[in-house]
Amino acid sequence: MAETLKGLGVSPGRAAGRICRMAAPPELPASAPVADADAELGRALDALRATAAELAERAEKAPDADARAILEAQSFIADDPGLHESVEAGVRSGKDAVHAIDEACAHHRRALLAAGGYIAERAADLDDVRNRAVAAVLGLPVPGVPSPGHPFVLVAEDLSPADTVNLDPDSVLALVTSRGGPTSHTAILARARGLPAVVACREVSEVGEGTWVSVDGLRGEVEVGIGEEAAAEIQRLAEAERRRTSTSRGPGRTSDDHPVKLLLNIGSAADLAPQGVDAEGVGLFRTEFLFLDRREEPGYEEQVAAYAAVFRAAPGGHVVVRTLDAGTDKPLPFLGLAEETNPALGVRGLRVSRVRPEVLDTQLDAIAEAARQSGAEPWVMAPMVTTVGEAADFAGRARARGIARVGAMVEVPAAALRAERLLKELDFLSIGTNDLSQYTFASDRQHGDLADLLDPWQAALLQLIADCAAAGQAVGKPVGVCGEAAADPLLATVLVGLGVTSLSMSAPSVPAVRESLAAHSLAQCRDNARLALGADDPGQARKMILPGW
Amino acid sequence: MPERTVVIASSTGLHARPAKIFVQAAAKQGMPVRIRVGEGKPVPANSMLAVLALGATHGTEVTLDAEGPGADEALDSLADLLARDLDAEETPHG
Repeated sequence: MAETLKGLGVSPGRAAGRICRMAAPPELPASAPVADADAELGRALDALRATAAELAERAEKAPDADARAILEAQSFIADDPGLHESVEAGVRSGKDAVHAIDEACAHHRRALLAAGGYIAERAADLDDVRNRAVAAVLGLPVPGVPSPGHPFVLVAEDLSPADTVNLDPDSVLALVTSRGGPTSHTAILARARGLPAVVACREVSEVGEGTWVSVDGLRGEVEVGIGEEAAAEIQRLAEAERRRTSTSRGPGRTSDDHPVKLLLNIGSAADLAPQGVDAEGVGLFRTEFLFLDRREEPGYEEQVAAYAAVFRAAPGGHVVVRTLDAGTDKPLPFLGLAEETNPALGVRGLRVSRVRPEVLDTQLDAIAEAARQSGAEPWVMAPMVTTVGEAADFAGRARARGIARVGAMVEVPAAALRAERLLKELDFLSIGTNDLSQYTFASDRQHGDLADLLDPWQAALLQLIADCAAAGQAVGKPVGVCGEAAADPLLATVLVGLGVTSLSMSAPSVPAVRESLAAHSLAQCRDNARLALGADDPGQARKMILPGW
Repeated sequence: MPERTVVIASSTGLHARPAKIFVQAAAKQGMPVRIRVGEGKPVPANSMLAVLALGATHGTEVTLDAEGPGADEALDSLADLLARDLDAEETPHG
């Protein structure tokens, strides 16, 4: 008997298959007395060597070069003579194999964290090695993404970047998590890979391993207990649908030809290279990639080259550049910012310019020079703009360098409330719905228990977007959305109805959004917007707009 | 003790693939090779964790040292490796 579980649909599409659960990290048992230290050391080192061998084997089968590099590095970590020495020292001092491994990993973890920046992120790789080796000693299932040898629907509590780096796109059909929200890593990954995904589906944790399920990433539903034949039929239809939409082309239009620019969110020129996705430009070029892995600020020349590469590769030559969005929430060693107790509310985004103005000035110089070299006319915007004064200052600095189109991200409610005034200083606005949700609903973006508050269908969020769009329409200036909300095909109709002029998203989301707009007239989009604004909760909003919800 | 000082050429610095290639090569030298940043503490070059924890990025100057017969050749080949952009080079599978 099929049963339907409800969650939050965060990446549209359908898929069906057997579920395979990600095993949780092993829990440490109480310390055990060690009778034979040599034998105990043997157990510990055997577990590390077996982990190294298994990771090396997975590296061989990795779907791409990046995943292979990470798995190889992990395999080396498990085999590391320094780690083995620390384990040996632990066992010699009387610890059992599990605790010796745990403490050796903790010791080396601190060293990696101390290195800061990108290296600190490798601490997650070490954690993974630790979990695997501890599980091996205890004879528990291997933690992490399973590889059952057949396609499966991956079920987990939540997914971290380390879990997903080696997700094999040929075997993972869909993602379902019991926790997580619309801006969680799971959601972002799913949209980037074009995988259907449902998050915050609590009851999925009770579904048995290997059960046949279907996943509807638009409605946020998981149907449990369907037969194998029904699953095959759903897979066949979904595949046909993917083939059909992936060939869709052309600019964004409603059915009555109202234009809505469909743009891409990218991190570097590499994101523009391979895919045959048809888009009208880049709506969000995140420049952080140049800065993240650095102890020193990247130089002017290096920045010019990187920006020019993006300007040259962008579809239609249209690029919206966002200046460095870092700060105490995403620390960069060279900024030298003090630690804060509440980084999301601290010195981040444009605010970094209060203490390190030269970083922004160099970046603006480099953007202007890259524009000259490539013949492009990039639009440039600052993240975390909060007041009209900040907007005016940023615009002044950008225009002084010959940058013609200057704008701001709207992520802070204060900016949204003053959109009309901001547009006296600026040429465009781009709404970052993830942060705007976080700040409007006072809910941490990664907080698994507050997913419903971060739902982009929340009317208060839509009201702020509506106010920004109306301010733009009043003076004929573009107001786009570049948050994850833009990638929801149904919500896209609402946003267009509110008066948003462009939608920027990761490439795999473009075809479904294009199709959805083409199936609605502007009048229908406005109806949807009115219904969504009038709803008291996101579920009600979806119900009114999506027939048969 | 023979030493070589070299600037990290790989665009992503000494982590991920470049670190793996370097650590692998160091482990094959048949003698202990150490690596340090500036006047920092030398660490075993065959330890992935120790090499990562150096936090050496593109443009960081590192110093290698080793002792014993063949030390100069070993250091030359490892220094040569670090002076190349290992990210840009084609990877033979595995």
